[in-house]
Formats: sequence, structure tokens, C-alpha cells
Amino acid sequence: MMPVLLAELLPLTEPPGVRHFLVVGAVLFVCGALCMATKRNAIGVLLGIELVLNGANLNFIAFGSPYLRNDAGTLGLDGQLMSLFVIVLAAAEAAVALAIALNFYNSFNTIDVDQADQLQG
Amino acid sequence: MEPIYWPSFLFLLFSALACAFAIAVVVSTNIVRMALYLVMSLAATAGLFFLAGADFVGAMQILIYVGGTLVLLVFGVMLTSQERFISMKTSQGELLTAGLVGASLFALLVWAAWSVPEWRGLSREEVAAIPVEPTATPIGMGLLGARVDSVNASGYLLIFEIVSVHLLVVLIGAAYLARAKRKRSVIVE
Repeated sequence: MMPVLLAELLPLTEPPGVRHFLVVGAVLFVCGALCMATKRNAIGVLLGIELVLNGANLNFIAFGSPYLRNDAGTLGLDGQLMSLFVIVLAAAEAAVALAIALNFYNSFNTIDVDQADQLQG
Repeated sequence: MEPIYWPSFLFLLFSALACAFAIAVVVSTNIVRMALYLVMSLAATAGLFFLAGADFVGAMQILIYVGGTLVLLVFGVMLTSQERFISMKTSQGELLTAGLVGASLFALLVWAAWSVPEWRGLSREEVAAIPVEPTATPIGMGLLGARVDSVNASGYLLIFEIVSVHLLVVLIGAAYLARAKRKRSVIVE
């Protein structure tokens, strides 16, 4: 049971499929979500967002690739175009979020998100 | 014993690098090291894009993400890196809760990925039969509204324009937000 499972999980003699890419995307997504949830540095939260977007990108690419699945249901080029838009929007999001973080640092002299509690009810 | 399929070996190599550095981003407490690990993880993901046949997106990943976004983030790290913010620890209880939630989410995602038989993958002969085409030209045509790769697909001209205007707005907004203020009011908590 165990060697078969390992051979399915690590495709060394067969071409990888969509699901292998999906597992890698899941690792990136979960790491990014944990990073967003646990980091206290605002820049660290931004790094986590980048990881999450990257995992989503990997899924788009995997679903759009013709080499990974054996039916006609692939996204085709749409997957690649979507992931290009995600990359561009991630760059824009990083610029604005970084400007906000710098503003926060300038006015409060800290980058710890736990101390940003002015809006707390 | 079947011979090793080398693209699979490269896939395992790049995915191991991407996952290991992504985990290192979560585990590390030093913000400068986190940024470095994120660069490594994103570069390894670009390798995965190349393996999936998305050569243009892989190149853009390296150019925009690794070259642009990360430089921006490293600037943010440098501008805010006082001694006490370089390394900030999270409490053990929060880490434990986050680990449990993350592990269950990961298990759910892997189960979902494994439950669809169409996502199993092709055999070597099927992969070898697929013609290799560069994707830059069809992507450029698609962004300009003409799809050359399939008959029924629609172009992306409107989205392209929206993204362009969005980038301009973001540029102005970020420059406005991060501008140097002549008189700064420091709020001491």
C-alpha cells in the first residue's frame, strides 16, 4: 500500500498530472495563508499574500496546460492569460499595500500589525 | 524497473524547492530571510510554469515577480527594519492553532485533487504526441482581442484595457500614499 501511494505521489517514471501540480499549489496556498495569519510584521503579511497568489497561479497554469490531463476539458490559453492578469494585479497590490505599510510605519513608528487597533470598537 | 522520466524528475526537483522555501517563509522569524526565501520559492515556481508548457508566463513570473515585486518588498523591509522589527515572534498557541487549521486545509485540498480521475496525467506516448508550440504569439493576439488557438474562445481586449487603467491608478495612488510629508504628525500610543 505504502510504496504504491508513494509512487503515485512522486511520479518519477510517469509524466506528472494536474493533481501533482495541484498539490504543489495547495502547499504554496496553505503556507501563504499561515504566513498571513501568524506574522506580526506587516511586510510579512504581504509576503504571505504573494505566496497565496502564486499558488493560485500555479493552479491556473496546470489547468491550462495540454500536457497534464487526458481530456478536452483544459482551460487552454485562458489559464495562461488569467495567470498573467493575476501577476500584474499582484504587482499593483504589492505597490499599494507597501505604500500603506510605509504610511503606517511613518505615523505610528511601528510595523507590528497587532498595534494597529485604532479602528477597534 | 522503468527508466526515469526526466521531466518528472525536474518537476519533483522544482516542486520540492518551491514547497521547501514556502515552508521556510512561514517558519522563519527574520523578515529579511523571509523575503529571500520568497524569491527562491517564486523562482522555483517559474520552473514549474516552464515544465507545464507556459514559457511566456514563466518568463513574466521571473521578470515581474522576482525582478519587480520582490525588489519593492525588499525596499519595504529595508525602510522599516529597525532593530526591534527584524525578528518578531508569534506566540506558541497561535502557531499551534494555525498549524492545525493549515494541515486540515491542506488535507482537504489534496483529497480534492486526488478525487478527480481526469487529473491523473498522461502516459509518455501521449505526451510525446503533443506538438510543442511557443505560447507568446497566441497570448499577445489574445490580449489584443484575436484568439488564434481556438475557434470559440473570446479575446481579452477589454480586460487588458481595464488592467492598464488599473495600473495607472495604482501608480498614482501609491505615489500619493507614500509621498514625503512636509509636516509629520507622530502619534505616540
